This record gives sequence, structure tokens and C-alpha cells, in this order.
Amino acid sequence: MLVCPKMIDIETIREDFPILKRELDGKRLVYLDSAATSQKPNVVIDAVSEYYRMYNANIHRGIHTLSEQATHAFEKVRVKIKNFIGAPDSREVIFTKNTTEAINLVALTWGRKNIGEGDEIMLSPMEHHSNLVPWQMLAQEKKAKLVFPELTADGRLDLQSVENLLGPKTKIIAITQMSNVLGTIVPIAEICKLAHANGTIVLVDGAQSVPHMPTNVQELACDFLAFSMHKMCGPTGVGILWGKSELLEAMPPFMGGGDMISAVWADRFVPNQLPWKFEAGTPNIADVIASGAAIDYLSKLGMANVRAHEIELSAYASKKFSELQGVTLYGPRDPELKGGVVSFNMDGIHPHDLGQIVNEDGVAIRVGHHCCQPLMRQMDVMGTARASFYVYTTTEEIDMLVDALQKAQKVFGHVAVR
Amino acid sequence: MSLSDELYRETILDHYHRPRNQGELKGDNVLSVDGVNPLCGDELTLFLKVEDGKVSDLSIKSRGCSINTASASMMTEAIKGQSVERVNELISTFKDMMMSADEVNVPEEFEDLEALQGVKKYPVRIKCALLPWNTLIEGLRSAESGANPHMVTTE
Ligand SMILES: Cc1ncc(COP(=O)(O)O)c(C=O)c1O
Repeated sequence: MLVCPKMIDIETIREDFPILKRELDGKRLVYLDSAATSQKPNVVIDAVSEYYRMYNANIHRGIHTLSEQATHAFEKVRVKIKNFIGAPDSREVIFTKNTTEAINLVALTWGRKNIGEGDEIMLSPMEHHSNLVPWQMLAQEKKAKLVFPELTADGRLDLQSVENLLGPKTKIIAITQMSNVLGTIVPIAEICKLAHANGTIVLVDGAQSVPHMPTNVQELACDFLAFSMHKMCGPTGVGILWGKSELLEAMPPFMGGGDMISAVWADRFVPNQLPWKFEAGTPNIADVIASGAAIDYLSKLGMANVRAHEIELSAYASKKFSELQGVTLYGPRDPELKGGVVSFNMDGIHPHDLGQIVNEDGVAIRVGHHCCQPLMRQMDVMGTARASFYVYTTTEEIDMLVDALQKAQKVFGHVAVR
Repeated sequence: MSLSDELYRETILDHYHRPRNQGELKGDNVLSVDGVNPLCGDELTLFLKVEDGKVSDLSIKSRGCSINTASASMMTEAIKGQSVERVNELISTFKDMMMSADEVNVPEEFEDLEALQGVKKYPVRIKCALLPWNTLIEGLRSAESGANPHMVTTE
């Protein structure tokens, strides 16, 4: 695909995000924590308020005009998401409250039905707790086993190790497409080939990848994909589970309640069709509708352009960081192989202190274990500092981060260290 | 004063870079208590020896931020060799100092600990400073009752 980075007009984009104008103690906000949650453009903020002002009503259950409008707007978003991820059918798009809930849904329905004693669940060593703990819970319940392929020294997934571990007992691979700590991009299409040849299905944690690069589930050929709208210009409270319809059809329902049934008697029920079978109770209507505005916003920019912008930023950050003394960087170096994150530590300064000192200059970064404690243990660190980028991030902001880091070194330098 | 001057005073950085009473305490009657901060993953282990109503020895093994490490280091210096009764007083004075809005009058044992008053303005960091002390409370409780100590968390 032809990519033209010039397509991202950064000044215009920044105008769309009102929070970027905020000042903190007289310092301009430098928001470098988009991997935790992204900022929201005006179109998304307005969509939430427009729904409450103009057509707030419950969906799927009224014949009055407002309910019809709300239902229509809600279901339209399902189609937008289907198109955004290249899915064949919008019945395969299920709304949850976040990535975490989407993964738990699969573990508790597909997993409970299909995983038995001695079966193996393959995860990577860099999973977020939300793609680890649900599988630990399932494995405990079913006496199943978790297996982990190796990482290479520079934090890429070792595909040979995936292949070696695949066996007759491997029922599912649940794996991130982009590490929220290392930025590592995992070659999902290749993993799906290996897995499917072995009769294993693949769940992709797309929480970090879907917001930052083009996604096509049919090209990836994965079986499930989970992601969160709040990391991609959308509001909090909306997650997506996409799954192949054959799998979703065969799964038992998740939660019981209104909307997920087609008929109920005193002692039994018939579950609803897809996708509503998995959507019990009143959903987050306003935020789903506003998620549609986020999808439109990103589609207009073009996800290939978003990705190109972040590759540029990663390359720039890599150059700037190499000018700093006493810094350890984690994860792949090649900007083409990683997302727009820089994870690092500075000699003699704990990440917690680093985060606080740069905050003084209005620079927001994440510090700590990033919900990846097993990976931190493997890297033998207590935590890292992480700067993460998005469409509205500028190279100037990376300069400001680097300046703030140098200041931290000064603060901590005036007593002889180590 | 900027945050860096206010928070990262010389005394704090000195204890951070050269923490006192670090490492594992071995021998009879030493009990150990773990403390964790789930927010940032910091962990510490406190080793405590209580004999004849006194904290006869203690040490800390930790990998934490400057505030956490300095607070732990200063704490060990302030209480080593003191009676349990006095230690309990110091614990409550320290908590008062960290929790109250005003400057608190501090005892002579707090010569260094006083520097942590600057942390008060940064609520997330108060937890870092309190973790060693809360771990100590659990250690004393365990020493008194003979019950196994529980893991202490900041939350
Ligand atoms: C890789 C990855 N997976 C899962 C999650 C969980 O997302 P959520 O908190 O929206 O459920 C995150 C978010 O931090 C993430 O980075």
C-alpha cells in the first residue's frame, strides 16, 4: 500500500483535541501516555453529548421515535467497526466494556466448553494481565496448562519456539499483536498459519495494535480479536470482541439477562441470535455511538497514515534517546517492527521518580509495571518508564521529554551515584 | 521552590543512594515481613528482631523508588535499639507528619525523616513513604502475637 506521511497534517489534527491546549502550572501539556488511553477529538466528545441531548432512549425495545433513532445509531456503529477491521459480517461484532471483558468472555464461554484437563493454552511472555489472568483462572478450573514461547534478546517473539511448542494438546493461542511495554509487533498472520495447521485457534489481543495500524481480520486469519475504543480516540466503556461466526454460534451465552434472549419461560430460555446473544442488559449506548465518531475520525485520517506518522516518531525518538547517557531501552529498535512506544530506564533513577520529575514540566508518561509483571521479572526490572505516541504527537514533544529527562539526571546527579 | 528541590532534598537522595541497614538479617528470632506497592510493583522485605521489649536489630531488602528507599533507610536508623513502646510512638508521629496538613513538631530521632515532609504535597508518593512503616507495624504485631505476618500493601 502506498503510504504518504504528509497526509498527517499535525497542526490541524491537534486542533481537533481540545485537551491538548491545557496548561498545567503554566506548562503546556505534553501527553505521552496514549497507550494507556488516547485523547478524544471534538467529534467524539460532541457525539456523546448529542445523544443525551437529542435522542437518549433505550435500544431494541421501543417503538417510539427516540428509541428507533438510538437503535439505528447504535447498530450503525457495529457496521462501521466491521468495515474498520475488515470483518465479513457485522453479526460477528460484539460490544463489551473493554478488551479485558472481551477476553474474559472468550475464556468463560469458548474456554469453559473447549478446554479440558491436560489441554494447553499458549500465551506470549509479554501479555498484559488482562490476556493472562483470565487464562490462569480457566487453567486452574480445568487443570489445563499455560505454555509460553520464548522472546529473542531484543524482545521479538521467537516463531520457532511457537512452532516447537505447538502440539496435539494446544487448543488456543491467545496473544497480543503489539506489546504495550516493548512495542513489539507480533506476526499474527504467520502465527495463525502455524496454529491452524495444528488445529489450534488464535485470539488476538488488539488493544495496542488496532488503534495504531490498519487491521484486517480476514488477512490475519485470526479467530478472535479483542480491542478497546478508549485507546483509539473513542470514549471509555466500549470494547469490541470480533469472532468468526461458526465459533460464536457454537459458544454458550456469556451473561444472562435482557436482550440476550429470544424467548423465556419460567424455567428456561432460548438465546438470541448473534451478536445480541452476548450482549445482556442495556449496553453503553452513548459511548458506543460516540465510538462510531472515533472510527469515522480515524478512517478519514487513514490508518496507514497513522502508522506512518508513528514510525516517523519512533525513528525520531530513537535518535534523540541515543544522545542521552545512561539510558537502557527495551524492545526492538527497528521502528518498522514496533509500535509508537519507548520503554526505558535511566541509571540510578527509579521510574516512579522519573515520572514525577518530568510531570513537573507537564510531560505525562507512564511508569511502573504496565500490567505486565511477569515480563518485568523476566527483564529483571521493577518497572520501566514508557512514552507512547499517537496521531497528535509531535517531534517537538519528544524533545521536551528528552529535556525533562536530562533535568531528572541533574536532580539525581548531585550525589555521587552507584 | 520547584518540586525537585522540595521533594528530592539532599538528605533523601543520600539515603536513596546509600541506604542504611540494607540486606537480609540472619539468625534466630528474626522475622520477615513483605510489603508491596501494587501500583508500581515496588517490593520490600523487612527483617525484624524484637528482644526484651526492644527492637534489637532490623534491616530492609528493597528495590524501590527514592521516597520508599529513603523512608525505609531513615526508619531503620530512627528505631534501631529503641523500645517497642518508643517505636510505636515514633510510628504514630511519622504518620501524623505525613497525614496532617500542618508542619508537625518532630522528635530528635526525626533529624533525617523530617525531610520527607515535602512528600505531603504529592498524595501518590505518601504511599511510597508509608510502606516501610506499615510493614513495620505488621512486624511488631506479629512479634507480639506470635502469629505469622501477612503481606502488607499500600492499597
Ligand atoms: C496489550 C493490552 N491488552 C489489554 C489491555 C486492557 O485494555 P482494557 O483496560 O481497555 O480492558 C491493554 C490496556 O492497557 C493493553 O495494552
